[in-house]
Amino acid sequence: MLLIPCPYCGPRAELEFSYGGEAHIARPAAGAALTDEQWAAYQYERSNTRGPHAERWRHARGCGRFFNVLRDTTTDRILAAYRIGEARPVLPAEPR
Amino acid sequence: MSRRFSAWSLLKGGLSGQRAWPAQWRAAAPKAGYEAVIIGGGGHGLAAAYYLAREHGLRDVAVLEKGWIGGGNTGRNTTIIRSNYLFAESSALYDHAVRLWETLSQELNYNVMYSPRGVLMLAHSVHDEQVFKRHIHANYVNGVDNEWLSAAEAKAYCPPLNIGTELRYPVLGGALQRRGGTARHDAVAWGYARAADALGVDIIENCEVTGLRRDAHGAIAAVETRRGLISTRRVGVSAAGHSSVVLNMAGVSLPLESFPLQALVSEPVKPVFPCVVMSNTIHAYISQSDKGELVIGASTDAYTSYTQRGALHVSQHTLEAICELFPDFRRLRMLRNWGGIVDVTPDRSPIIARTPVPGLYVNCGWGTGGFKATPGAGHLLAWTMAKDAPHRLNAPFSIERFRDGTLIDEAAAAAVSH
Repeated sequence: MLLIPCPYCGPRAELEFSYGGEAHIARPAAGAALTDEQWAAYQYERSNTRGPHAERWRHARGCGRFFNVLRDTTTDRILAAYRIGEARPVLPAEPR
Repeated sequence: MSRRFSAWSLLKGGLSGQRAWPAQWRAAAPKAGYEAVIIGGGGHGLAAAYYLAREHGLRDVAVLEKGWIGGGNTGRNTTIIRSNYLFAESSALYDHAVRLWETLSQELNYNVMYSPRGVLMLAHSVHDEQVFKRHIHANYVNGVDNEWLSAAEAKAYCPPLNIGTELRYPVLGGALQRRGGTARHDAVAWGYARAADALGVDIIENCEVTGLRRDAHGAIAAVETRRGLISTRRVGVSAAGHSSVVLNMAGVSLPLESFPLQALVSEPVKPVFPCVVMSNTIHAYISQSDKGELVIGASTDAYTSYTQRGALHVSQHTLEAICELFPDFRRLRMLRNWGGIVDVTPDRSPIIARTPVPGLYVNCGWGTGGFKATPGAGHLLAWTMAKDAPHRLNAPFSIERFRDGTLIDEAAAAAVSH
C-alpha cells in the first residue's frame, strides 16, 4: 500500500485515495475541429510510462481534493506531490 | 533433439530414474537475420512462432525473450479457460482458443493438462443475475455453452460453496460454462517451445529488445537486442504488460495502460475443489491445481505500475471474499503471492492487428484474461503476420476501432475489476 503525501493533509494511506489516471491531459479547446485520429488519441492514448509518471489522485476519504503525484512506475516510489495547476516538478537526475 | 513422447518412452524414462531425458529445445544463439521475429517468449509468442512454422511454412523464425520463457504472465496467472463473453466478436475469438485447447496436448505431443472442469460465475444481486442471463442468451445464440444454475444447483456442482442467506452478498445462482476449466500454464509454454523448436524455430532467452530499426520507407528493418542486431522484415510484438514500451521503440502509441494483477496459492491439500469459481461482485477467483494448492486470483492495483507485485490490501480483500464463500478454507495458510503486469485497453478487449508501421504486428491488450486465449492469440497473430492481413476472427480487434468507435466493450465479461 502506498503512503501518499496529500499536499493539503500530509501523508496518508492509499486506502483514503482514489486514482485519477494520467495527469496533464487537457481536453482540446476546439474538439469539433479535431480529426477522428486526434480525438481518439486524446480520449484513449496514454503514455503508460515505465519510469517517472505524473498522475492524478483524489483524497476521496479525506479533504476530497484532487492533486498530482509523480511516481516511479518501476519502483512505486513517490517522487513528488503537487497541487493542480502547478507545473510538473523537474526531477534532479539521479540513479534509480 | 527431443523425441516423440509415447507410453514406451515414458516407461523407459521411468526405468532410468527420469535422468535420461534430453533438453526439450535447443538453447539457440541469435543469427544475423530471420524471416520473422516474435518479441516475447510467453505462451502467446511461442504459440505464434509454432503456428508460423506449422501452418504457414515460415521456419526461419526467432522468439526473443528478455528473461526465460514462460517466466512472465504465462507463469503468473490463475490458468482459467473460458469463452462465455458477451459480444459475437469476442465469443468467436475466445471460443476459437477453447477449441484449440481441446486437442492441444495431442497436437503438441505434450500434456498441457487441459481440464474442462467447468467455470462457475456467481451472481450475488438481481443485477448480476440479469447480466449473467443476458450473457447466457447471447452465448446460446453464438453457439457457446453457458447455463444458469440456481443456488442449490451451484452448491451441488461445487460442494464447498456456502449458499447461506447470512452472507453479506448471498449467492443467488450462477452461470456455468462446462467446457471452461484450467490447464497447466508452464506446460503450455514448454509444449509450444518444444514443438516450435522441432520445426526449426530459434528460442532465444536472456535477449532483451532495446530498439526497433526502420528503413527509409518507415518499414521494420531490424531488431536491436542485448545480444546483437537481428535484421528482419517482420516483427510480431507479444510482450503483454511491456507492449507499450516495445511499440514506443517504433514510434507506435496504443491505448494501453499496464497494471499489476495479483494471484496467490495456498498450501497443498487433498482434492477438495472440483471446478473453477469466480465472483465478479465480491471479487474472488478460485480453483485447485493438481498439486493440491488452491489457486486464487485477486484484482489489479488502482494505479499503473511495472513492479510485478501488488499491494497487500488487494489480496487481503480477495481472501476475505474467499473465506466468506468457502468457510472450510479459513484455516488454510497461503504459501506464495505474486504479481504480473497486464496491459489493459479502454474496452477490455485485445488488439491483434497490423500497426501503422509496415512489417510490425501486435498482439496485446489481453488485460487480465490472456491465458485462456493462448492458442487462439498465437494462431491469429501468426496468420496476421504471414498474410499481412487479419483473419476474420481478429479483424474486429484492430487498432482502428478506437478511432472509428467500433469498441467491443467486455468490461462486464472480463470479470476482474479494473
